[in-house]
Amino acid sequence: MTPVNLPDPEQLAVRIMRGERAAVASGLNLLDNKLAEARNRSASLLASLSGERWLNDGHLIGVTGPPGAGKSSLVSAMIREWRLSGRTVGVLAVDPSSRPELGGGALLGDRIRIKNSSHDEGLFIRSLANRNQLGGVATEVWPMSWLMLACFDIVVIETVGVGQTEIDIAEIGDTVCYVAQPASGDTIQYLKSGIIEIPDIFAVNKSDLGAPARKTASEIGRSASRQDRREDWDYPVCLVSATMNTGIKPFHDHFDRHRKFLANAGLLDKLRIRHQSAWVMRLLKEEFGTFGLELAGGQTQIGQRLSENRFNQFEEYERMRKHILSRFFFGKPTEQSNQKGAS
Amino acid sequence: MATARKNRDQPWLMRTYSGHSSARASNALYRTNLAKGQTGLSVAFDLPTQTGYDADSPLARGEVGKVGVPISSIEDMDQLFDQIPLDQMNTSMTINATAAWLLSLYIGLAQRRGIDPTRLSGTTQNDIIKEYLSRGTYIYPPGPSMRLIADTINYTVKHVPKWNPTNICSYHLQEAGATPVQELAYALCTAMAVLDRVKASGEIAPDAFPQVVERISFFVNAGIRFIEECCKLRAFGEMWDELTLSRYQVADPKLRRFRYGVQVNSLGLTEPQPENNVQRIVLEMMSVVLSKRARARAIQLPAWNEAMGLPRPWDQQWALRMQQVMAFETDLLEYDDILDGSPVIAAKVRELIEGAKREIENVEAQGGIIAAIESGYIKRELVGSHMNRLRAIESGDLKIIGVNCFQETAESPLTLGSDGAIMKTDPAAEREQIERLQAHRKNRNDADVRAALQGLSDAARSGENIMPSSIRCALAGVSTGEWGDSLRAVFGEFRPPTGIDIAIDSREVLGKKDRVTDLRTRVASTGNALGRPLKLLVGKPGLDGHSNGAEQVAVKARDVGFEVVYDGIRLTPQQIAQAAQEEGVHMVGLSILSGSHMELVESVLQELRLRDLANVPVIAGGIIPREDADKLLALGARAVYTPKDFNLNAIMEDMVDVIRECNGLERFALRP
Ligand code: B12
Ligand SMILES: Nc1nc2c(ncn2[C@@H]2O[C@H](COP(=O)(O)OP(=O)(O)OP(=O)(O)O)[C@@H](O)[C@H]2O)c(=O)[nH]1
Ligand SMILES: [Mg+2]
Repeated sequence: MTPVNLPDPEQLAVRIMRGERAAVASGLNLLDNKLAEARNRSASLLASLSGERWLNDGHLIGVTGPPGAGKSSLVSAMIREWRLSGRTVGVLAVDPSSRPELGGGALLGDRIRIKNSSHDEGLFIRSLANRNQLGGVATEVWPMSWLMLACFDIVVIETVGVGQTEIDIAEIGDTVCYVAQPASGDTIQYLKSGIIEIPDIFAVNKSDLGAPARKTASEIGRSASRQDRREDWDYPVCLVSATMNTGIKPFHDHFDRHRKFLANAGLLDKLRIRHQSAWVMRLLKEEFGTFGLELAGGQTQIGQRLSENRFNQFEEYERMRKHILSRFFFGKPTEQSNQKGAS
Repeated sequence: MATARKNRDQPWLMRTYSGHSSARASNALYRTNLAKGQTGLSVAFDLPTQTGYDADSPLARGEVGKVGVPISSIEDMDQLFDQIPLDQMNTSMTINATAAWLLSLYIGLAQRRGIDPTRLSGTTQNDIIKEYLSRGTYIYPPGPSMRLIADTINYTVKHVPKWNPTNICSYHLQEAGATPVQELAYALCTAMAVLDRVKASGEIAPDAFPQVVERISFFVNAGIRFIEECCKLRAFGEMWDELTLSRYQVADPKLRRFRYGVQVNSLGLTEPQPENNVQRIVLEMMSVVLSKRARARAIQLPAWNEAMGLPRPWDQQWALRMQQVMAFETDLLEYDDILDGSPVIAAKVRELIEGAKREIENVEAQGGIIAAIESGYIKRELVGSHMNRLRAIESGDLKIIGVNCFQETAESPLTLGSDGAIMKTDPAAEREQIERLQAHRKNRNDADVRAALQGLSDAARSGENIMPSSIRCALAGVSTGEWGDSLRAVFGEFRPPTGIDIAIDSREVLGKKDRVTDLRTRVASTGNALGRPLKLLVGKPGLDGHSNGAEQVAVKARDVGFEVVYDGIRLTPQQIAQAAQEEGVHMVGLSILSGSHMELVESVLQELRLRDLANVPVIAGGIIPREDADKLLALGARAVYTPKDFNLNAIMEDMVDVIRECNGLERFALRP
């Protein structure tokens, strides 16, 4: 007997696409759930939600930067702008978990910074703990962000502070914004050492601090390496203050501009596919390690297969998973080993 | 037989912090208290008045007239002081974010009664800094709050010279867990920030500045470790003397005196065996009267039933009599300072001063108290200190008689009465206050009101002193909510850091097998059974600012493995239910100490049902009388905790079991 009541995925998908908040909430709960039955239903939920829209609709935004730089405060300021222009916003805010031997608990503190006091039906915030997984985001964030893409115009992912952990920021959104802390050399170090890829938009927050913020902004402008940049995108560096609400409008406009740029350059769907593949790869790696990935044909082959199967990544993933499992249990045929899957 | 010496020192001012239901009921209470020998008034306002809302605002629901008197306009102020001569009274008002407004009402009333404001004497607490750290009735961001403090100081120094415009508070810091060193350091940092701000305003001529320094008084706490507390007050005196001389060049030593009032510690007063609180209160009072050199100017004492609910007039009378016995029966006031020359005392004072100086330097290096509040630093320090205190109580290292030791007790006759031994406020108070306010709105001249409010907004924007336009508002019949909202529109609102993001001390727990590690296993295995880690929403609905319990529950829950969402104080039931939904939590834990638990728990349950979340268990904690707890359980709350449940580990075990039960899992076996 399973004590947990799990929703019917097809019905849920319909309600989510209608934007019903209760359905969004229970869909997110389902995607977070690790019980075997929940995983099956998650896969069907994602399959029911997937479609053309996932490749070229909405805007998926990643916000990253060192702890305390003002990521949440800035997201809050941007939400004001989006809501004023009538767009709905879903937010996934990730905070660090304590180490497993210390209980693995977490204080999810972004919400209080992002939400203003007024009631707003067009804003939905889910906080998540990173649960000690690699990178500044939990693996659950990927499917959750697609669920949100199905019903919100804008989806924002706030990562835990970079520097605490390595992160491949390009894999969290169409447009990635890096929020820098004035008078801290960290950002420059990360850029130079290549710990972070160059983000699409830089924000130097706390411009109300004056000179240190201006100095950091000009240093960033100079030290971002040029080679792996996309042509025709100018990688703006913005001086903003979330608390004084200054510089927000021009900063905000860069996001729409970048979204248009990606669409015009035909890059959006490619990024989305890369985004989806990143998740599949991550899951496989978490479960089976590098060796497992090799069993399934290696990174490049998997990536290739995923991008060919544009709308059915999740089924593809389940197939590969079962395939790898069957290889691990080689010689002991299970009901999984007769999947056509890879190979 | 010994007889009292003739030339005794004057006793301190004796007050009782009180106010409830309505201006009329509170006026009656004040007049009986004065007749009993009380020598000053100390007004407790209700939470809507303290946070700048009208009685008919949706945010005020359930809170009007509960923990203090509702004052919506000058008419209420008039009724509150009916037959009390303002020019002969010393009135202390515990009012902060709206201090400039309540002072304006008081001055306006004096003018209306033909009394010259220069003859008014009393105190507005008006320390908005500590509201962000402990007391919770802040409204505006720190910048505008500092400006409101400075405006009232600048105004009263010139026009109401006998008024104490601000009372820098360390009292509330101790109530939020602060150690003596922290109390010293943060109160003095606050005083510096206020004085610096007044100086920077340029409204005071340099040669008049020592008078401003002299007007700064303090409101401190005194806990049960009364020797140390006595030393803390001597330390305060020395540090203030030194600081006012070196930083503000006040030459006259009289103007450098540390003037303070006291409320003794209430955090340590217990729900079990409440009669023991009487000893505690008397011992705590010792520390602020014992040494003449550091004696309090004014004292108000809590009552024996502090942890049960609001005190009745008889309970307050008992507290007043404690002061009177101390002042009039003992020989305390016949001696010079009895601690001068004690090397033990001197060494302890040194130690406290050194500790406080280090912490002041630390805060100054972070850019001062405001920066250290905005960054969350000080709040984290306080939450950490309070956590240490609770852990010591849990482990038994800190003994609390009747709570974690000597629990055996005969039934107390004190708690037997049919009233539950607490004050019940008038349930009709809210409705009557709303009617009174709405009638008042019809009676005033709308054009005057509009013009006065315009003047207020203009002053707020231009930076001109807020007091003259506020007094015009008072006389025009503007309401408390209108004053508050006008300034909200200009200044904005603010939510300070919650301070719960403190680090877990890994040295203490690693490698141990104890109740906490056992709890972690329970939390983790329940999460596994349900498919995802247990997630808890800690919610503070209503205007209640008592955050200690919520903070400690949140910190402990994180330590045992919960993923915890806590968005701070003063949320509506609707906001809490919405957060529960968006966050997908397994449990909603509400903390309510202001007495509005019936209304608030019921609305949260209803808001959850509206969102298909009837199956998410709701538990509540706080000051909840037994009979109300039963009613809450009948309404659908799954558990109710009160201060007698001092062991947070036990609470957590119970919470895990509630979650299990609500999800069809077996409860864990009881601990042996
Ligand atoms: C400390 C304190 C304060 C501090 C609060 C500091 C802070 N940041 O929390 C200060 C000095 C600021 C303060 C101010 C006021 N206070 Co006060 N305060 C207290 C006091 C002394 C202790 C409360 C406390 O913190 N205890 C320690 C914590 C850890 O215990 P706790 O909250 O009870 O939590 C325990 C359990 O109840 C339970 N629990 C609580 N919440 C939750 C939640 C969950 C999910 C769970 C599982 C468990 C749980 O677990 C905890 C562990 O044991 C009580 C009296 C008393 N001794 O209880 C009065 C008391 C609560 N205060 C009172 C009042 C009236 C006020 C004021 C409103 C006065 C006024 N008119 O201005 C102000 C304004 C505050 C505001 N903004 O709302 C009244 C309330 C009366 C009523 N309910 O009818 C009380 C009862 C005193 C009294 N007898 O008059 N106060
Ligand atoms: N002076 C100033 N302070 C700011 C500004 N924006 C944010 N802050 C402060 O910086 C601190 C951190 O802000 P957050 O928005 O929580 O930062 P964050 O990057 O989301 O932090 P984490 O999620 O904990 O990594 C808070 O104390 C904010 O008040 C700004 O523009 N100016
Ligand atoms: Mg954040």
